[in-house]
Amino acid sequence: MTRSVPVRVHRDLARAITAIENGYASFGDTLATLPARENGKASFVVGVTGPPGAGKSTLVDRLIEKFRAGGETVAVIAVDPSSPFTHGAVLGDRVRMQRHSGDTGVFIRSMASRESGGGLAPTTHDAIALAAHAGFDVILVETVGVGQVELEIVAVADVVAVVTVPALGDSVQTIKAGLTEIADLFVVNMADRPGASRTAVDLKHMVRESGRDVAVLQTIASEGTGIDDVMVALTAARASESSNAGRAVRFEVVRNIRDAAVRRALAVLDAPRGRSVLERLRAGELTRLEAREELLVYALAEVINAD
Amino acid sequence: MPIKVLVAKPGLDGHDRGAKIVARALRDAGMEVVYTGLHQTPEMIVTAAVQEDVDVIGVSILSGAHMTVFPRIMKLLEERGVDDICVIGGGVIQENDVPKLKVLGVREIFDADATTQNLIDGIERVVAEFGRARKRTGAATPAS
Repeated sequence: MTRSVPVRVHRDLARAITAIENGYASFGDTLATLPARENGKASFVVGVTGPPGAGKSTLVDRLIEKFRAGGETVAVIAVDPSSPFTHGAVLGDRVRMQRHSGDTGVFIRSMASRESGGGLAPTTHDAIALAAHAGFDVILVETVGVGQVELEIVAVADVVAVVTVPALGDSVQTIKAGLTEIADLFVVNMADRPGASRTAVDLKHMVRESGRDVAVLQTIASEGTGIDDVMVALTAARASESSNAGRAVRFEVVRNIRDAAVRRALAVLDAPRGRSVLERLRAGELTRLEAREELLVYALAEVINAD
Repeated sequence: MPIKVLVAKPGLDGHDRGAKIVARALRDAGMEVVYTGLHQTPEMIVTAAVQEDVDVIGVSILSGAHMTVFPRIMKLLEERGVDDICVIGGGVIQENDVPKLKVLGVREIFDADATTQNLIDGIERVVAEFGRARKRTGAATPAS
């Protein structure tokens, strides 16, 4: 029997996400507005990332269909970019998923990336936790169209599928750092286009050389071709309690260190010592590099003194 | 916080150029705009509005079916316990239907002469007066 979720829970979950997104309420208070999930099972969180226009939303639409056919409820969190100039956004990922509109086992929420630069919105991880709490079995998280370094998805997903398309570059692209390192699964979409098998072969070489066990699959998401293979790979990753846990912890720690370092360095800028560095930089007495090193020394001294 | 708007295009009419221009103009005014594509039923519009928890549903309708579509949207919202999402409309809508739509709870109707700036101002005003942020936090949403 295909499970569904009461429409009332859809509304309450939607409001809870808004409250967190706009800072009306704390996460704990918001959580209390939702009924706790009944089956006690953990949700399976699948990240779908890749460049703009690669077919992420269309793949997500197909995955919704497959997970629903398996009787599981599905929440989708789809992130699209905010303008850094006006803060406005056009959120268009739902367009590809509209056929699930009448299915109460499917909840779809768009989020604008707001001030975040990591491919997700600042509160996407909270939205995922809320959807999990509300009882959705599978949570599909679609990032903004990414380049090479927007990698936050790895900190929130159990499994990350990197979607790409043929002929975005030669084999050197596959050995560059960043996006290719976070994939648990590569999907070469639009596989009916020229260059698809070349792209897949390049990725397979890269995977073999890195000693990781990452599937490289070809799909035509718009026609539903190859989706069963993607499901097999996702199901295997789900069963194997994927190695992502370790990476996610490391990524989270790195991000925390970076945020803390930036905060402390900015605090130093407001102190007399920091202001004097800025003045000397403006007066040409210091180079940018010297100024940076001096500020870092001050910031680290603050940390050591605080301990 | 940015105002969140669903730009909805109900029915069989296949002209979404206007809706896309509106989406873009609202984006440039700093709003977060959910666009769902063509051929939406009132059920699809209300489902999207509830899941996205928008401040405003903006319905673009050129086909003459507004006296069918708006009452259905208002009824579905009520059935789902939603009383703080503002519904507005625009397109080709006869003047003498406007008061009837207002009685149903539609907050504003923009005719074909409305500029995108009229629309932006109208949305900001409607949200400040009737919007969800005001109801849920007790504070009015700033006009910009």
